[in-house]
Amino acid sequence: METLMSILIGLFFAIGTYLILTKTLLRIILGTSIISHGVHLLILTMGGVKAGGPPLLGFEEITFTDPIPQALILTAIVINFATTALFLVLSYRAYKVIGTDNTEKMRGNEDE
Amino acid sequence: MKEPNDVILRSVTKVAVVIIFTFSINLFFSGHHLPGGGFIGGLGFAAALTLLFLSYDIETVRENISLDFKKVAVVGVLIAVGTGLGSFLFDAPFLSHTFDYFDLPIFGKTELATAVLFDVGVAMAVIGTAVTVIMTISEDR
Amino acid sequence: MVWLSIIILVPFIAAIIVPFLYKVFNQKIHIGWFVLFIPFLIFIYLLTYIPSISAGKTFTYLVQWIPTYDINFELYMDGLSLVFGLLITGIGSLVIFYSIFYLSKEREALHNFYVYLMMFMGAMLGLVFSDNILVIYVFWELTSISSFLLIAYWYQRQRSRYGAQKSMLITIFGGLSMLAGFIMLSIITDTYSMREIASQMDLIHGHELFFPLMILILIGAFTKSAQFPFSIWLPDAMEAPTPISAYLHSATMVKAGIYLVARFTPVFGGTAEWFWLVSGIGILTLLYGSINAVRQTDLKALLAYSTISQLGLIMSLLGIGSAILYFGYNDESSVYAIASLAAVFHLVNHSTFKGSLFMVVGIIDHETGTRDIRKLGGLLSFMPISFTLAVIGSFAMAGLPPFNGFLSKEMFFTAVVNASQLEIFNMETIGVLFPVIAWIASVFTFVYSMILVFKTFGGKYKPKMLEKPAHEAPLGMLIPPAILASLVVIFFFFPNVLANYLLKPALASLLPEEVTAVDIEMKISAWHGWNTELFMTIGVVVIGSILYILLKKWIGLYSVYPQSFTLNRLYDSGLAKMESGAKTITDQYMTGSLRAYMIYIFSLLIFVWGGALLLPGAFSIDVSNDAPVSFYEVGIMGSMLAAALTVLFAKSRLTAIIAVGALGYLVAIFFVLFRAPDLALTQLVVETVTTALFLLCFYHLPKFKKEKEKKGIPFKPLNLIISLGVGTVVTLFAISANSSRMFEPVSSYFEDSYELAGARNIVNAILVDFRGLDTMLEIFVLTIVGLGVYTLIKLRLARREKDEGAE
Repeated sequence: METLMSILIGLFFAIGTYLILTKTLLRIILGTSIISHGVHLLILTMGGVKAGGPPLLGFEEITFTDPIPQALILTAIVINFATTALFLVLSYRAYKVIGTDNTEKMRGNEDE
Repeated sequence: MKEPNDVILRSVTKVAVVIIFTFSINLFFSGHHLPGGGFIGGLGFAAALTLLFLSYDIETVRENISLDFKKVAVVGVLIAVGTGLGSFLFDAPFLSHTFDYFDLPIFGKTELATAVLFDVGVAMAVIGTAVTVIMTISEDR
Repeated sequence: MVWLSIIILVPFIAAIIVPFLYKVFNQKIHIGWFVLFIPFLIFIYLLTYIPSISAGKTFTYLVQWIPTYDINFELYMDGLSLVFGLLITGIGSLVIFYSIFYLSKEREALHNFYVYLMMFMGAMLGLVFSDNILVIYVFWELTSISSFLLIAYWYQRQRSRYGAQKSMLITIFGGLSMLAGFIMLSIITDTYSMREIASQMDLIHGHELFFPLMILILIGAFTKSAQFPFSIWLPDAMEAPTPISAYLHSATMVKAGIYLVARFTPVFGGTAEWFWLVSGIGILTLLYGSINAVRQTDLKALLAYSTISQLGLIMSLLGIGSAILYFGYNDESSVYAIASLAAVFHLVNHSTFKGSLFMVVGIIDHETGTRDIRKLGGLLSFMPISFTLAVIGSFAMAGLPPFNGFLSKEMFFTAVVNASQLEIFNMETIGVLFPVIAWIASVFTFVYSMILVFKTFGGKYKPKMLEKPAHEAPLGMLIPPAILASLVVIFFFFPNVLANYLLKPALASLLPEEVTAVDIEMKISAWHGWNTELFMTIGVVVIGSILYILLKKWIGLYSVYPQSFTLNRLYDSGLAKMESGAKTITDQYMTGSLRAYMIYIFSLLIFVWGGALLLPGAFSIDVSNDAPVSFYEVGIMGSMLAAALTVLFAKSRLTAIIAVGALGYLVAIFFVLFRAPDLALTQLVVETVTTALFLLCFYHLPKFKKEKEKKGIPFKPLNLIISLGVGTVVTLFAISANSSRMFEPVSSYFEDSYELAGARNIVNAILVDFRGLDTMLEIFVLTIVGLGVYTLIKLRLARREKDEGAE
């Protein structure tokens, strides 16, 4: 399972990276989304999968899956939501001001 | 834009929003012992509001819920920081939490934890931010 | 002793309050009157320590700051820091009093001025009263920063900005090198406490890092105290308002370097390197400063060079005094103790006479509108009081009786004459240069002191060249220099009062205990009989007078020295070259193309992670511990991959967005499979909101355009290679991380969450209780994002409405 997951995560990274390297803003944002899914799964897989029950006390399970990766990912999901929102707004504002969504045409001024 | 006419969506929304709200609040409070908590509760709440925005237009929702969600977010952060600072009053390190069991009239023996106060701050910050983001984007025409 | 920390804190608190006071009171009253209380009260408070300090006591007060790293806010007061504390607050009070009349409350941004000044004062007090070297460093840089702000106080002027930048670059550079030295010191001694470091002197002397760390710390001291060749920033710092020049750039901040050298004398003293560097650079600076001062036409520039040269004098005295640590105590070495005494004595004297001179120059500038010697002259009849003060100040500077400068100058001559007879550190060969250089420098000192007085107050009055008719300054501006000038005279007649109560306790921090334990003969007296020193002084006066009278004949010699070889030119061209060089290099790779930057990042990732995997034993694969895979899981994985590929190949925006949403929901299902209910819930809701967000935004974004590439290939080869590389590296990394678990998970601690936090949901307990700080910072980020989005959109709306209104 872990090995299979590792390959899947690698593919997510590859697809995400390719999207980020394109020039269209929306594609770049979608790429970051895919990469962040990859990261979440990576952290979770590294914590060991199916090692025990959910990390809730008071049920009959005695062993639990590692709760730390879960706490980390929970934080990451919310932060990812926030950054995606900011990224989206930033990109469509950039599009409205500059008039293009091609990052190759968005370069700073020469005198900066 | 053309006036949208989604009778079915609106009728469903009216019921669904109440259910989602209730569920979010339940999720929020169960967070201490069961899956749930400030983040999920807050996001669920925000999702319900988003549904309202999508099925009705912004102005209608604005008239009925005249909250400034930026302030909700900021108050949430302040509550969270406040619970952290509160632990200084008891000569404990920043953000120390405690809990105890009380016999309340209706609920019986209930656990009250200061961590829940902190979670209220988290939930408010999440609601405030998510709703602010969505509202401002949809207002920008 | 808690008061010791409060006096450091008070100026900083005042710096916060001052702007509010300014807002409320500026219409009615000059806020300098409020600020004046602070240094004055601290000064009075510090005075009460004199009896106990002179009895040999020291005081400490410890505030825990970062105890884990042994960095504590440890305050320490001994004789040396008390002398500095009194100088800082005493001169500070006078300077603030003076500034009330110098800076008009109608025209100047007083709140800025006093905020910076209070910040400086607090930093300076912190610097001299701290024992921890890292705390010293923090305060040290804080003085540099406040000095920068004060020099640039009139930031509209180009010269001010230039001077501020120069002083900042040079002193911060010195500070950083000092920090490196401090870190080496703490590596050797394993402590940050100044006193503990001093007690491990032998260990430091024997260590191989001894010489580099000494150089680094000395660079810090030399840049701050404007020693040659770092002295170039001080003349340009004269663009600051005159009260600041009097305070920071003659009386206090530039003496921080002296303070540092004095503090470190017990650590480094007694070695040949220290002796030669400190006294050699000091005496060179003395000569350089005094020769350059003579050619200046701006009165403040003249004073700046004179300050440089006087700082060099003090520095060289400290160097000579350190020789005593080589000898230990015996009858002969007491002469070197006198050098150290002279250093501290001259430090105080210089603050008094140079402070008063700066204030007088400020008065001249303020009342005539110029400080150019060529335009001034004949002010004697208009400004008699200022003239008297100038005479006292500059005669003290020239080393004439009956002023305190005479005493310390005589002691300086004694020290250099004795030093030339030293038989250590190769002094027998070139030691004779010391008295010769000292004497030449003194002649020039005499000449520029005379220029200062007689070119401005004597000669012909030239009203046409002045901006306003000359007249005497208001009483308030005359009181502070008058107080300093009277101290100049008082110290001459009663030097031993000062010596017994302040200077000797200060020496105790400089010299080994056995020296101060035996009360050596250290009386300061004006008359020693007809000895070498007196003849040297007489020679200075005679030759100096002749040179001054013949000034016009030889001043042209200065222009023989080519301008292109000055240190300033070197600094300017060096700075310009660095700027253009940095721009050339940066332009090579900072092309402005986002894609290029992403390529750098991903290539580095492949390079570093891939490189790490190539290390022996880094890559391993072990599938034996893998959890079993069920058919459904493979199905979900396949769907996830399909969703991701759909995003990649989607032709329309909507397809891509929906595919990403589907991917998110599938990930949520995976979280369920992986026993993470909290995550699954969160992921579901977040994905819903995010998709809504995408749909809202895509309305504003343009359609996908076909990215036109070379014919035949529907993708960019470089992009494909990089992305495949990243994917491969991540996969290999994940596999080998999974196959080689080296430690037990720490999560068993959190499994006690019910006992520790009263929560059965471990994940939630981690989030709100165990790692509450992380969550708190996270909601900070969230809120900032919310506000950021709001501003991004609303600000533009507001601007657009305004534009439309204008049309």
